[in-house]
Formats: sequence, C-alpha cells, structure tokens
Amino acid sequence: MTSTNGHQNGNGTGAETGTWRVKAGLAQMLKGGVIMDVVTPEQAKIAEDAGASAVMALERIPADIRAHGGVARMSDPDMIEGIKEAVSIPVMAKCRIGHFVEARILQSLGIDYIDESEVLTPADEENHVNKHKFTVPFVCGARNLGEALRRVNEGAAMIRTKGEAGTGDVVEAVRHARMMMSEIRRIQNMDEDELFTFAKNIQAPYDLVVETARLGRLPVVNFAAGGVATPADAALMMELGMDGVFVGSGIFKSGDPAKRARAIVEATTHFKDADVLVRVSRNLGEAMVGINVSSLAEADKIAKRGW
Amino acid sequence: MKVGVLALQGAFIEHEKKLHALGIETVQVRLPAQLDGLDGLIIPGGESTVIGKLAAEYKLIEPLRAFASDKPTWGTCAGMIFLARDIGNDRQPILGVMDITVNRNAFGRQIDSFEQALPVTVLDDAPFNAVFIRAPLVTAVDAAATPPVEILSTLPDGRIVAVQQGHLLATAFHPELTDDLRLHTYFAQMVRERASA
Repeated sequence: MTSTNGHQNGNGTGAETGTWRVKAGLAQMLKGGVIMDVVTPEQAKIAEDAGASAVMALERIPADIRAHGGVARMSDPDMIEGIKEAVSIPVMAKCRIGHFVEARILQSLGIDYIDESEVLTPADEENHVNKHKFTVPFVCGARNLGEALRRVNEGAAMIRTKGEAGTGDVVEAVRHARMMMSEIRRIQNMDEDELFTFAKNIQAPYDLVVETARLGRLPVVNFAAGGVATPADAALMMELGMDGVFVGSGIFKSGDPAKRARAIVEATTHFKDADVLVRVSRNLGEAMVGINVSSLAEADKIAKRGW
Repeated sequence: MKVGVLALQGAFIEHEKKLHALGIETVQVRLPAQLDGLDGLIIPGGESTVIGKLAAEYKLIEPLRAFASDKPTWGTCAGMIFLARDIGNDRQPILGVMDITVNRNAFGRQIDSFEQALPVTVLDDAPFNAVFIRAPLVTAVDAAATPPVEILSTLPDGRIVAVQQGHLLATAFHPELTDDLRLHTYFAQMVRERASA
C-alpha cells in the first residue's frame, strides 16, 4: 500500500502524521489481542484490568441495540470522553456507515480508531466514508474478500468479520472468516488472467487482489467480530486465521464479566494450548443468553448492511 | 543462533519476518520454558498493559528478568516500556532491567502518531525511517548506571527515542514496520557477539 495521505505536523522537523503506515501500524500493535465493547468508564476499567488491548466506547452494546430497535447512532461525545479518560489503552468508537460528519466528530474527540459499523443504522445506502481523508484510522466489517478489499480501497486500515453482532452466536463470524480465508487460498493458485476475472467477479480493485494473493493474507490486519461469547469461540477464530478478536455483548451480558474477559484474553494468546483453554473455560458463570442466527428473520440481520 | 520473540500480544510476527529475512531462526515465547536455549529476545510493540498482565499471569516476569540480565534483549515501543526501571506508575508489571525512565503515550493519541527519518548513531549515515505509534519516550537516563546508557537516537528537539545499555537495546519506534533491516542486523550482531563471548 502506498497511500500518501499523510500530513506534516507543522513543527518543521519532517514528522508526518496520518500516513498509511501509521494507521495500519496501530492495528498491527493490537494483534493477538481482544477489543471489548464498553458502555461506561467502570466497564472500561474492568476491560483494561482484564487485559483488553483496546476498548470500543458505545452507548448500547449490540444486544441492546437489537432489543431496543429504532435508529442507532454515534454515541454522545461526553460519554466517549468519560471512557477515554478512564483508561490508557486505545479507545475506538463507532460511526454510521457513510456518515462522514460523525467520523469527523470522532476524529476531533481524539478517538484512536473509528469503526464504520453496520451495528449502527446506515446513514448512506450507496457510499461508505472516504477514509483516506482522515488522519484517524478506520476499521470496517466484511463478509468476504470482495467486501474487505472494497473497504481497504476506501482507506480502511483494519478489517473485521461482521459476524452477527449481539447474538452470542459465532456461526456468522465463522462463515465470514472461512469465506475470506478460502478466497485467499484460491487466488494464491490463480494466474494473472484468472485474477483479472476474479477481481471483476468479487467487485474488488485488481491491484488489491494481486497484493492479497502475493501476501497470502489481507493487506491489513483482520480481526474476528460478531457473536464471540466464550474463550473457545475466541480461540476458534484465531485458529481460522484471524489476527485478534472483538467481543461485543459477550462480556458485559454475562454473569461474571471480569472473569470472562480475562479468560477470553488468555484464550486469544494461548489459542493453540488446549491445557490453557481447559483451565480458562472452567466456572465462568453464565454466558450471555444468545439468539440463534438461524432463527433470525432476514430483515433483522445486521451483517447485510454495507455495500 | 536462535532468537525468541515474546508472543503474548502485539506485532511479534513482524519481528519474526525481519529475523527470517536475515536467516535467523525464531521462537515464539508465551511460556517460561520457551526461553530455554535462546541466544537473544525481542519484546515487540503491542499494549504494554496487556503484555505485562499476561507475563505476570503465566509466571514469565522472573524468567524474563533473568534472561534479560544475561542475554541480549531488545524492546520496541511497548517492549521499551517493559524493559524500563521507571514508568511513572506501579499499576502494570514491568521487568525494570534498564536504567531509564519512560513515559507511556508521550505524544498523545493515535492522530498524533507519526513517522520521521532520524539518524541513529550505531548505523551508517543514512537516516532511519522511525515509525511512532502511540509511542513512549525516554524522559531520563541514569547517568551513574553501569554499564552506561548510550543514547542512539533523538528527535530533532533532543527527546530520546533509542538507547542501549550493554546488551540491552530499546527503541520507542517500530523498525519492524519498515523495510529497513539495519536495526535488526545490528541486534543480530549484538546476539552473535554475546553468544561467542
């Protein structure tokens, strides 16, 4: 990637902020870690103490957004600032798909990463935010390679699976991770002629398809998200080739959030170590109740948002 | 020669790729026993609070301290915080083996993260593209320390971003995010010299 949307920082010393390397680099530092949804400064402290590598500040976790219905928007700046002040780890926040003014507000608040998220109600049914225009980096959801590379082309410096947020059912995150990884494995065996056609078919920029084939992975960090509720779920997503894990409703909708948060952090680091997984899976108390994705009406599926 | 990379959280694969490019065998370290037989260790960037907690939880603090007091160890960003004696708070576990004071998140939030070409004393004349991501700074070095702490690189305004104390190396920036292998080559040389001494 050679995006050069950096800015001189004005001190005359040649320091450049907002470069692609700096944006994608923060995601690289988050790898192997767990990013947790929090709605209060107290929850943010619990998450940080449990070993979260970042927190996502929002007013309602996806399970509650689902339950409440209505239009879900960017959170109140006061609420986001309260969380920012409570922790020393990076703080992320969500804007609606295509809502570049919400994104601008979040950048001015000094948020470390913006999630242009299908969990909120989309503001634009055609266009996503032009993320190249921002100094702050963006993460976006994707269900397959084409969607992931369209987001990268718009400037996303990090990708996550969409999964089906707020359900506690990992099946959709698995589907999306499997889909991306199998598409990547396929293009690694294609010749140039086939790559042109493949890029056209998945509606992704040819150059990014070629780069992905060469790297054997997405050109940016790729986390699992949507439905992760247990340490075993987190380890499963790591085994499927994800670089780290977002946990939304799974922690603070469970019986013992601090313990479950710690367990998911340990499972993400030691995902190949069955002894660790046995130990951290014991006596976690009640998991979030959950909704089977197969019982959801098509209209209630969040992952379909985004284009 | 075998070099370990602490693989609790963060950008450990990036460091491994650089070492592989130099033909060096690497080992991911998550448990104390994985330190056995290593000639050197890199503590990568990531979140220092997470790395510290997982190191404490898996009883790595004392083994890492013993390793770093004997064998070449290099900390980048979070790794530099982890090596420092003083980080201005006692809420997160650190190794405390280098006689430096480090300030976490010294530059502000992610929108203040930057890259900049800087001279590094132990390299040739070409500047090194230093990538700073929510980076720390060395705010003080102990002048009475033995072996002495050498300053390898500063920002144009004099703030310290790379130091070496004997067999310990620390950089506030991320050489593993660039295509420049010179600092990894320099560290490999430190490991080689120590192993043959």
